[in-house]
Order: sequence, then structure tokens, then C-alpha cells
Amino acid sequence: MLVLRKFARDTSGMVGLVIVLTAVVVAVLAPRLAPHPLDAYESHPLRRLQAPSDASPFGTDNLGRDVLSRVILGTRAALSIALLVVAGAMLIGVPLGLVAGYYRGWMPEVIMRVTDVFLAVPQLILALALAQLLGPSLRNAMLALTLTYWPFFTRIVFAETRRIRVSVFVEALEGLNAGAGRVMFAHILPNAAPPIIVRATIGMGFTILSAAVLGFLGMGATPPDPEWGLAIAESRQYLPEAWWFATFPGLAIFLVVFGFNLLGDGLRDVVDPRLRRSR
Amino acid sequence: MSDVILDVEGLETLLGGERRLLGAARPPVRAVAGVSLALRRGEILGVVGESGCGKTTLGRTILGIQRESAGTIRLDGRVVSGLPPREARRARHDVQYVHQDAAAALDPWWSVGRSLEEALLINGIGRRAEREARLGRMLAAVGLEPALGRRYPHELSGGQLRRVTLARVLVLAPRIVILDEPTSGLDLSVQATVLRLVRELLGELRLTCLFISHDLSVVRQMCDRVAIMYLGRIVELAATRQLFEAPVHPYTRVLLAAAPRLVAGQDLHAAPILGEPPSPTAVPSGCAFRTRCLHAVDVCATREPALEPAGAGRTVSCHRWREIPAAPVTAD
Amino acid sequence: MSAGDLLLRVEGLRISIPTDDGVAQILDHVDLRIPRGRIVGVVGESGCGKSTLARAVLGILPRAARVDAGRIVFEGEDLLALDQRELTRRIRGKEIGFIPQDPFLALNPTFKVGTQLLEIMRWHAPDGGDGGGGRRGAHRARLLDLLRAVQIADPEAALDRYPHQFSGGQRQRLLIAGALACRPRLVIADEPTTALDVTTQLQILRLLRDLANRFGLSMLFVTHDFGVVAQLCDDVMVMYAGQSVEGGGTAEILERPRHPYTQLLLACHPDRAQDLAGIPGTVASPLAPPPGCRFHPRCPSARPDCAVARPATVVDAGGHAVGCVLYHAGAVPAARPS
Repeated sequence: MLVLRKFARDTSGMVGLVIVLTAVVVAVLAPRLAPHPLDAYESHPLRRLQAPSDASPFGTDNLGRDVLSRVILGTRAALSIALLVVAGAMLIGVPLGLVAGYYRGWMPEVIMRVTDVFLAVPQLILALALAQLLGPSLRNAMLALTLTYWPFFTRIVFAETRRIRVSVFVEALEGLNAGAGRVMFAHILPNAAPPIIVRATIGMGFTILSAAVLGFLGMGATPPDPEWGLAIAESRQYLPEAWWFATFPGLAIFLVVFGFNLLGDGLRDVVDPRLRRSR
Repeated sequence: MSDVILDVEGLETLLGGERRLLGAARPPVRAVAGVSLALRRGEILGVVGESGCGKTTLGRTILGIQRESAGTIRLDGRVVSGLPPREARRARHDVQYVHQDAAAALDPWWSVGRSLEEALLINGIGRRAEREARLGRMLAAVGLEPALGRRYPHELSGGQLRRVTLARVLVLAPRIVILDEPTSGLDLSVQATVLRLVRELLGELRLTCLFISHDLSVVRQMCDRVAIMYLGRIVELAATRQLFEAPVHPYTRVLLAAAPRLVAGQDLHAAPILGEPPSPTAVPSGCAFRTRCLHAVDVCATREPALEPAGAGRTVSCHRWREIPAAPVTAD
Repeated sequence: MSAGDLLLRVEGLRISIPTDDGVAQILDHVDLRIPRGRIVGVVGESGCGKSTLARAVLGILPRAARVDAGRIVFEGEDLLALDQRELTRRIRGKEIGFIPQDPFLALNPTFKVGTQLLEIMRWHAPDGGDGGGGRRGAHRARLLDLLRAVQIADPEAALDRYPHQFSGGQRQRLLIAGALACRPRLVIADEPTTALDVTTQLQILRLLRDLANRFGLSMLFVTHDFGVVAQLCDDVMVMYAGQSVEGGGTAEILERPRHPYTQLLLACHPDRAQDLAGIPGTVASPLAPPPGCRFHPRCPSARPDCAVARPATVVDAGGHAVGCVLYHAGAVPAARPS
């Protein structure tokens, strides 16, 4: 309760929360909210590149589709990509971090050195290379993002596990002869949850951005999917005349990424004020 | 010697110490340096010493979460030392340990009731009904309301937390409990109730107890026999009354003289002056206490004194205990 | 005991701190007298307000704290009437020195010990502490004298070392030197030996006693340990839940406690306890304290009038003061000091 009260006082965190919640609602209700839900895949050559008007507030694109509808429909794609990628990365990264932090010897060394190698190269570049290798498709883009994002979780969980592993209650459990699995998953993991949640929240925003970049470069979503990065890529040749074609998907990316970052930062402060300075 | 339930011989524990690929290796500290003691069935044996004397490490080594580097531990005559940690714990299932810091010894994310039940789960007491019955009995025995089980550690008072950690260990029906500073950080009035509870429970359940403490008043009140530790060694072990009324080892005398007592108008300068204790990483040669001892002679620097019998039930580790005049410690 | 030889007099001090859950009445009614040249122990269990009392005298209460009533008279001057600037400039650290509880936290690990102690001295005595010249040399010479007085071996070298190079006992000596740097008349020590082992504790207590004698210091010694009170203090004041319940000479209080709380508490000490009965009940929350004597819900001798008003303090001819209705009626003559 105290945590909630503290969070409620954090203005930027609350702004982030409102943005993220709005995005989630929009994503869930996308087909109902979009004025022209069928514009995801239908084209209307007669209404190409119309400026924003009452009929289509965000204008129409090169195939005459309603940009507002496609931005709304794209929310669902963006959020589900982010969710799947972050969940996948956690599924790989968290257990590795736990194991590396809990045990001693060569195994943690190997895990952490591999992690370091991944972290040494910027994630986006690595993901680009991997996506290129796998061939352009949305599934491969997500796979590439997942396979390059897990080390962030491993790093955090490793540090937390090392810290919690030597705490008195873990020692007490070992005194009661508790097994490693029980100690790691039932005790250390919940205690390490706050920084993991913070990282996952910020990671959602980060992944939306990366997915958009992959889409923009033609390594992610394929036409005619309503995807923000892809939309910006398609709009390039109609700039600067059809400014609305690129601007509104871009704003959507900015807003959602911004929202996740504010929320993550807000959570970070609630969870541990000490973390703020360390990054 | 069926009287002895736990027999420790020449126990040695090394702490820290790292071999590094790069940089200088850190030598380990001999936190327990050759301790021998026998725990008799049903007794409370106090282990007393100042911080860094190795009393907690001794407890942890006997429990088995710290591995001994030398020496033997026998439980009912059966050797239970020389095993890797988990096997050691399994072999020493009859020994349980209660941590000094009760608040830290419980997972803050788990309700107290779940933490208690977990102790039974871990040790394979499977049926839910039986677990609940045993926990109910144990909570009543330590004087806690069953409703308390739903609360989290930070919602409990210091005294309640002690009771919870005590219950968590006693519900496993051990035969030996190691209590590490069971009342440190508690207020005087709470300490009194916790000590009484400990005494009653130990008697009722016919447990044997290793009672680790730095508080001489508490040890005097609680223990049957007392071992005094200094830098990883036992310097004197005797029946409580014997030890407090006529301490033999020079360190015991200094310790007793320095301890606060409830007598007004004490002469602060009556006790002998002591320098700073040496670092555990640089223990003096021969007798570890010689650098602070008023009676040290040449032999103390060259030869380490053995723990030898010194009259009825007393053992002492000092070259000169026979020669040192009777203790000037004020009796009260 | 006449009022003339008192260095510090606290009268009817009431302090409250607003919290999220309501107003906490930390101190309800505290009386304390510190005669010149005497060491007075303030003893009680956690939450009794003993540390708040020490902080009130030093003027370092939390920002939110409110003084609702009472006076803190030091050398005839009410400290509560002074503003922070004046307290900082004239009183705190200068007239009244402070020895904190934890020697491991009280020194900044990144600066040399000498730098830290000299800074304290320069802050309070820019003229060199002797009214002469204002040179660094004077400070340094005085600091070396002080380090010798607190028995730091090789004081010259000690000035150039960092806090972590000293043991706990030595650090406490350094802090004592810091507290004495500006020749205070009163030293407030908040559990200065709690973090130390008994043999080190004895040496620190011994040092405090010697310094008090040598410099004619008075001392307010906050502790939870009656044993330490017995070793060091001339007088003792017992607190319970924000009220001072009993005070007097140490021997008198230890041997002939009058207040039921003091009696029960002393009976809990393992040196005395035969049955380890404890004290029934729990300490009242300062958020909702019981009316009247705050101990009455746990007191075996409680009477209906205990809940009406805080019992007036009765002082006998020997200076033994007790705030309990049991001593109001003729059982013990309530002699007033002349």
C-alpha cells in the first residue's frame, strides 16, 4: 500500500502508466476502435494520399488506407511483439542468471562470459545481423530480438542472486536442508523480482523501437501488415508532401516507447531509490 | 561414554581464502583452530567469546553448512564429518541451528506460516493435516497465536520473530539445537521472556543445546557448562558455577572482570589493562592470548598450550595455570 | 541539591512528531538534572525516547518534530529559545559535545582522520581554540594533545590515516577526541559502546571516566544496559515510553528501585532474574499512548487514578525522584530539597 501511495506521488511515472494503459486498451479493442478496421489489408486506390480531414483524421496512405486505423491496428502488433520478445528473453535469461548466481565454479563463468560477449555488441546491431541471417519475416525478427535481449536479464538476475544468495534467510534454508531448486525459484526469484520487472518494462519500450527499426529496414513485418516501422518505410518516397503518412506512425512509436520508459523509471524509484544513480 | 551425544575433536574451519587467476592469493583465516568438545545429553553448553573469536563459525561448522577442513564430528558415536555440505546436513539432521538475526533469517516475501510449513515440507513431512497439527502444537508451545501465521516478518516484533525462528527449527524434532545469540538486540524485558521460553522448551523436549553468546550474564543464567573461546580456540571449559566463581585462564579472568555487572560503585580500574585484540589473520605464535596476557613468559611464544584437565570437570589451555595466583575476580 | 550546581536541567519536556499514521508523542514528560562534573545515565528500553531526549538537548531533532512543552536549561539559558544558527555557532559541538553510537558510520571513510577532526575545530574555534592567533598550528597541537588524552598510539601518524585503518575501539576514541575538541562542558554520548566487545567497552568507559575527572566534564550517557550504568554513571534516570519515571544516584536506583517499572525491569536482568518473568504486556505505541502514567496498563500495582494524570514526581532528601502514585500518600515522605 505504501508502495502504491509512493508511486501515485510520482508524476512522470503516473504519466507513463496512463500512456501504457491507454496503449493496452487500444491494442485490445483495436478492431472496434479503428474507424476502418478492414483497412489493414484492403486498398482504395481512389483515395490515395489524402491529407488529414474529418473523414480520416490522420489522412490516408499510398494505397488509400486510413492511417488512423492502421496506427490503431499497429498498436496490437507492437505490443504483442514486445510482450513475446520480452517474455521469451526472460524465459532464457532469468534461469541462466539464477543458475550462474547460485552455483560456483566453471558453469557460472561460462554463462557470464557468453553474456558479456552479447552485451559488448549493441543489441540492435546484433539483432539486425541475426535477422538478416534468418531471412526477413516477422517471426524471425522476433526471434532475433529475443535471442539478443536475454543477456540483459541474465546480468541483472545474476547480480541479484549473488546478493541474495549470501543473505541470512538463504543460509537458514540451507540449514534446514532445502534443495537448490527450491531456494532459487521459490525464494531468490521473488526477492529479485523488482529489478526484473523494471528491466522488463523498459525492455518493452526498447523492443517496440527495435521492432520498428527492423520493420523499417525490411527485416521485420511484411506488407501489407499494419506495422509502424513498416509504415514509415513505405512513406519515405512520398515525403515531404504526404507528411502525415510518416508522422503519425512515428508519433505512435515515440509515445508508447516514452510511456514504457517513464513507467519503468517510476517503478525503479518505487522499488529502489538507490538504483536511480547507478544507471 | 553414552553420556556424550555430540563429540567434536580437533575441529578446524578455514574461512575466505581465494586462489585467484590474477593477483595475489588471499590466505584463509583459521576461524576455528582445533576445537575439541563433548556435548552431553540434555545439557546446555555455553560458548562465549568476543566478536571474531569463531563461536558462530564453530556453530555453523557443527551444523554442517560450513565445511570443516580438519577434525572429526561424531553424533552418537557415528562419524558425520568429512562430507559435502548437503550430505553433511542430511547426516546431521538431528542438529538444528537458530540464527542470531531472526528478522533476516526469514524470507521477507513469505508469510511466517508458509516459512514454518516449508521447514516440514523440506524434510518430507508430507501430509497437510499432519503438518498443520504439528505447527499448531509448536506455535502454541512457543506462545504465538495461530493467526500470526498469516503475517509477514516485518510485521512482527523482535520477540515474536525469535519465537517464530525457534518454532521453525523445533518443529523438526531435532535432538541438538544450536542457538546463536538467541537474545541479541532484544530489550531486557523481552530477553527475559525469550530466555525463559528457551529454558522451558529445552527441558520439555529434552533437547541438548549449544548456546552461543557474548553476554556473560545470560550465559551464567542459562548454561550448565561454559566454554570460553579466543581466536578460534577454546581456552577454558568448566561447569558454569566453577567458571564464574574461580576462573583459571587469564583471558577468562579478564573477560569476567570486564563484563558489566549490576553492582554500583565498581572500580573501573580494578580489571587488568588489555590492549586491542590481534587480527584473526595474524594470530600470535604459541599461545594466541600471550600478547595481551599479564602472565606471559617465553614458552608462551614458542609452544601452543594444549587443552588439559585442571581439576573436577575443568579443562584449560594455558602453560601457567598452576602458577598464576587465585583469581582476583570479584564474586557477587 | 540546589539548582545552582546544575549544568543542565530538562523540565517537563514534551515532543511529538507527525507521521503518516498520526501524531507520535515521543516524549510525554521528561525531567532530567545533570549536576556539574557528574555522569548521568539515561536508561530505558527501545522506543522509550532516550535518544530523542539526547537529540533534543543537542538541538538535532528531526525537522518535523515539535516541542510542545518544557524547557532545556543549559547554564541558565533555555536552549529551546535559541534559533538554529545560534545553537550551531555557540552551543552544539562547542559547549556540548556529542559521541555517536556507531564508530563505523560516524567517520567519513574517504577523508583522513586528521582532516576531519581539524575541520570540526576550525568550524567552532576559528581563533585556534585558545583565543590566540588563529593558526592551524594551534589546532593541530591541541588535537595531538587530545589524541594523547584518548590514548591513541602515535598521534602524529594517526592524523594521516583513514578511518578504516583503525579498529572499532580506536575509532570510538577518535570520536571522543572529536567531541572534546572544543572544550565542551557537557558531553552527550548515545550508546557509545554498544557496538564494542566487553573488553574494549571497559577501556572506553574507563577513558570516559578519566576524561570527565580530568576536564571536569558532565556527561549525559544514553544506554539500554544497566550493567554499563553501574560501571560508569554517578546518577541514572529511567525512562519508559516517553516519560521519565525515576531518577537518582546509581547505587540507590540499582539497590532500592521504587517505581514498579524499574523494579520489574531490573528483575529481568539475567544477573538478578531467578524466574525470568519478564514484564507482561507490550510497550504502548506513541501514536496512541495510554492516559496518565504510561506504564499503568502493565503495572501490577496500578490504581484507577493512574490513568487520570501523569503522577507528580516525588523527590526524597537523598535526591531519589520517582513519578508514581504509590509514593504520593504518606508511605514514603515526600521531602523537598531545601
